[in-house]
Amino acid sequence: MEKINRPYRVLVGKPGLDGHDRGAKFIARALRDEGFEVIYTGIRRTPDEIAAAAIQEDVAAIGLSSLSGAHLKLFPEVVKALERRGVTDIPVIGGGVIPEDDIPTLIAAGLTEIFTPGTPADTIINAFAEACRKHFAAQGDNH
Amino acid sequence: MLLPRPAENILLLKVTTISTIIERLKDNDPRAMARAISLVENNDPASREILASLDRESIKSSLVLGITGPPGAGKSTLTSQLISLLRQQNQRVGIIAIDPSSPISGGAILGDRVRMMDHALDPDVVVRSMATRGRLGGLCASAGAAVRIMASCGCRYILIETVGVGQSEMDIVSLADITLMVLAPGFGDDIQAMKAGLLEVADMIAVNKSDLPGAEGLCLDMEQLFHQRNMDGRQHVVKVAASLGQDIDKLLEAIRSLADQHDLKGEKDRRRQIALKRETLDWALETMRPELAVIIQKLQSDQGCDPRVNAETAITEFIKKNT
Amino acid sequence: MKTDTPFTDWQENELAKSISRFPERREKFTTHGGAEVQRLAVPEEIDNKYLTELGFPGKYPYTRGVQPTMYRGRLWTMRQYAGFSTAAESNKRYRYLLDQGTTGLSVAFDLPTQIGYDSDDAISSGEVGKVGVAIDTMADMETLFSEIPLDKISTSMTINSPAIVLLAMYVAVAEKQGVSADKLRGTIQNDVLKEYIARGTYIFPPRPSLRLITNIFQWCSSNTPSFNTISISGYHIREAGSTAAQEVAFTLANGMTYVQTALDAGLELDVFARRLAFFFNAHNNLLEEVAKFRAARRMWAKIMQDHFGATNPASKMLRFHTQTAGASLTAQQVNNNIVRVTIQALAAVLGGTQSLHTNSRDEALSLPTEESVRIALRTQQIIAHESGVADTIDPFAGSYYIEELTNRIEAEAEDLIAKIEDKGGVVACIEDGFIQRQIENAAYEYQKDIESKDRIIVGVNEFMIEEDQKPELLRVKPEVEEAQVANLRRVKQERNNELVAKRLSELRQCAGTDQNLMEPILAAVRSYASLGEICKELRSVFGEYRD
Ligand SMILES: Nc1nc2c(ncn2[C@@H]2O[C@H](COP(=O)(O)OP(=O)(O)OP(=O)(O)O)[C@@H](O)[C@H]2O)c(=O)[nH]1
Ligand SMILES: [Mg+2]
Repeated sequence: MEKINRPYRVLVGKPGLDGHDRGAKFIARALRDEGFEVIYTGIRRTPDEIAAAAIQEDVAAIGLSSLSGAHLKLFPEVVKALERRGVTDIPVIGGGVIPEDDIPTLIAAGLTEIFTPGTPADTIINAFAEACRKHFAAQGDNH
Repeated sequence: MLLPRPAENILLLKVTTISTIIERLKDNDPRAMARAISLVENNDPASREILASLDRESIKSSLVLGITGPPGAGKSTLTSQLISLLRQQNQRVGIIAIDPSSPISGGAILGDRVRMMDHALDPDVVVRSMATRGRLGGLCASAGAAVRIMASCGCRYILIETVGVGQSEMDIVSLADITLMVLAPGFGDDIQAMKAGLLEVADMIAVNKSDLPGAEGLCLDMEQLFHQRNMDGRQHVVKVAASLGQDIDKLLEAIRSLADQHDLKGEKDRRRQIALKRETLDWALETMRPELAVIIQKLQSDQGCDPRVNAETAITEFIKKNT
Repeated sequence: MKTDTPFTDWQENELAKSISRFPERREKFTTHGGAEVQRLAVPEEIDNKYLTELGFPGKYPYTRGVQPTMYRGRLWTMRQYAGFSTAAESNKRYRYLLDQGTTGLSVAFDLPTQIGYDSDDAISSGEVGKVGVAIDTMADMETLFSEIPLDKISTSMTINSPAIVLLAMYVAVAEKQGVSADKLRGTIQNDVLKEYIARGTYIFPPRPSLRLITNIFQWCSSNTPSFNTISISGYHIREAGSTAAQEVAFTLANGMTYVQTALDAGLELDVFARRLAFFFNAHNNLLEEVAKFRAARRMWAKIMQDHFGATNPASKMLRFHTQTAGASLTAQQVNNNIVRVTIQALAAVLGGTQSLHTNSRDEALSLPTEESVRIALRTQQIIAHESGVADTIDPFAGSYYIEELTNRIEAEAEDLIAKIEDKGGVVACIEDGFIQRQIENAAYEYQKDIESKDRIIVGVNEFMIEEDQKPELLRVKPEVEEAQVANLRRVKQERNNELVAKRLSELRQCAGTDQNLMEPILAAVRSYASLGEICKELRSVFGEYRD
């Protein structure tokens, strides 16, 4: 495998209160194994805290996981929290127990992509890589 | 699955962006700080300009505290408590948390931040996680630059957390004005293994988890260690319970008083000089590395040849190209 | 007819005694062909090896079950619990269930309640009423059990870190109904160790949490003698991705920690040990799961006898509730989940569970619909009444494969427990992340196998189809949160706030000493201090755990 000498930095976070971090930790590890640097912020964090951490860590993308059914509220709030801090170029990806019906709502709220249980890890990792590329492309364009 | 190299566009940031970053750094803008650190970490040419723009006085007067110790001793918990205390005293704090990169994939999981998330919304607590990125010493260069950026942006105190195993972590210690070793009861084997070199790296020892049996004994043990070197053990060993927030103030007091002594003795300056030289060497090697790699790649080499001779050939070519 | 003495001895004693007290469900159990079903098949030769490794049901080491007649006497309890968003809605459902003849209620709480936050706390936003009922003050608890006589029912509460507060509210509501504490029956999960390990609804650091648990053990042993004070749970450990052997090892290690903590607090082993209950997961690998349950039972009996010196048989019996593996359900082709649940439920029954919750097919997507819940219950009923597995005891015993697997799981689990003890016990292993890492690694390997198709999950990485038919789903309305917050505001306005402040400060003072906290917490909940306020005081003294 070709090593990337300048790894992408991403953040994996769990907004809300559910403690089921099996999925989040798996993705964090799978990303690590594909050469990403993953800042993991642990369970039970507010959208605001996640956004602030993402900015301080200068990540290129954020992944969120929620299994308690609170995604419709919590995911968009991360996007809003970023916007409040003037940040619109960090793509946010969501995953977890999310009914099909909610996906358009979340996309409309600014999420880049939503993954439901059973999605192959490769698909998710590719989405992160794509999001990172978009992030850097946006930086190039904006300035 | 192969990942392409990240787009080169970090490098393509236009000059205006660099000047914007420099401008915003003066306002301690969190995104500018984060971006600046990334540029240095990625060895971006633009970082030179940024580093040149930093405020030297703030860098000089900052206190850099290295926090090291075996996994699970409570470094992150203690760091978080020190942050709380420093924040009560209205100090701006910078934290650099270092975790190892995977030697296989080059990726890393940076998890120390979990314990510092309680400060996430405090704009005066600047946390940056860094991976060792498998570089021999290059980490010193990036971490050193991150320290300066944070200091220049008003962080009087900068804490560097790193696991006390492995060479690159030990190198990091050289960046610190004061190195604090965190130990805890129940880590007998780890401590025994480190004992010989303990005082080489540690200016102070925090015996954490004082709520657990064995803390008292460990404390005496460590004080003894300082005694043997004719140093006042009680001044250098402090017992704390990080998860309970106990005696953090005593620890900070002890750190400060040691820092003051160092200041008076010129020890701080001496250490910074050494660190600077080390970082300079790091930068020199890091700067040459990409081009050297290309040269070596092209070098004819069969299995039987002597790599040392090859290296000399490569260096000669490197010098030729660059003169 | 067997003539070995140990067998006849068992028949004449344990079995006869049991049957005379609780007759079997039927005079005679028969096959489809009319032949009589053997109660308990045993080997031709009953040797020492058989007796030490398997023995007879209802007899040490309980490998074959904890009761002499098992399901021939009484079927396992089919306990389906569900969470409803508000206290009023839950109350309606409970009263309906009671009208239908149910005698046991089961309460699931929402996440803010489980973590000791009020519904109006910023961090609760989006989570109120989502996975269970929201309880802020005793007023909600009054609504929850309105017109339900608490001396007539048993209540099971899935609550851990703040269990002492919810228990206090329950006791206080009973008091208000005129029911004294000693009449109360039920179970609190109260297993905080697995929260650090796997489930994540921790509040305080492990040591103060264990103190709260001891306080509960102590208070309950003299005040609510019929309350099960803990349900030691491997379920969530498995859900987090552990292996079967890890599930057994970590659960039993946690159990040992609670026992030791209680002993250290001066409680008497044979008094509280019989009040310990367990809770396991039933996963897809039928044979491995059956072996797992049998191994766990044998191990606990040995641990209690040899390690703790228990003498009372009841102290050595591992009695457990089982839930089918939620994490094994797939969002793809949801009806396939009915089949998975059937296999898992069968494993639990063949493994000798005392009670069982079968998951609904759509739980991988959201709260189950009524129809799905019914199918899940029907699955248990079909196993109970049609499959025939309930008519004979421990039918897999003596299978070379099952016995070998049982031994292997036991050996692996014993190994892990020894490692934990070596490293200073469960709490030390939680603090340094040893246990979490073991589980994380197992989960990672498992998922990797799925990714590489070394492990086939039907409908997920093989046998996929295009699905366009969306299943009907149940959702919690967002208004629930607003209503609950308004409710809490009202209570806070109407109560005597001076009294609340006084009770809270008294509580804080006690928390700093080593006094039992149950009484000060009872006093606080009676003043309508909220769960969040009480936990805030405790947080200020105990600190907070962070993983
Ligand atoms: N009993 C007790 N536990 C503590 C104390 N301080 C920290 N801990 C616990 O020790 C464990 C490890 O703490 P961390 O702060 O993550 O340790 P660390 O040294 O940063 O660990 P790594 O980053 O993994 O190297 C956690 O479970 C803490 O809650 C203390 O004073 N007393
Ligand atoms: Mg740490």
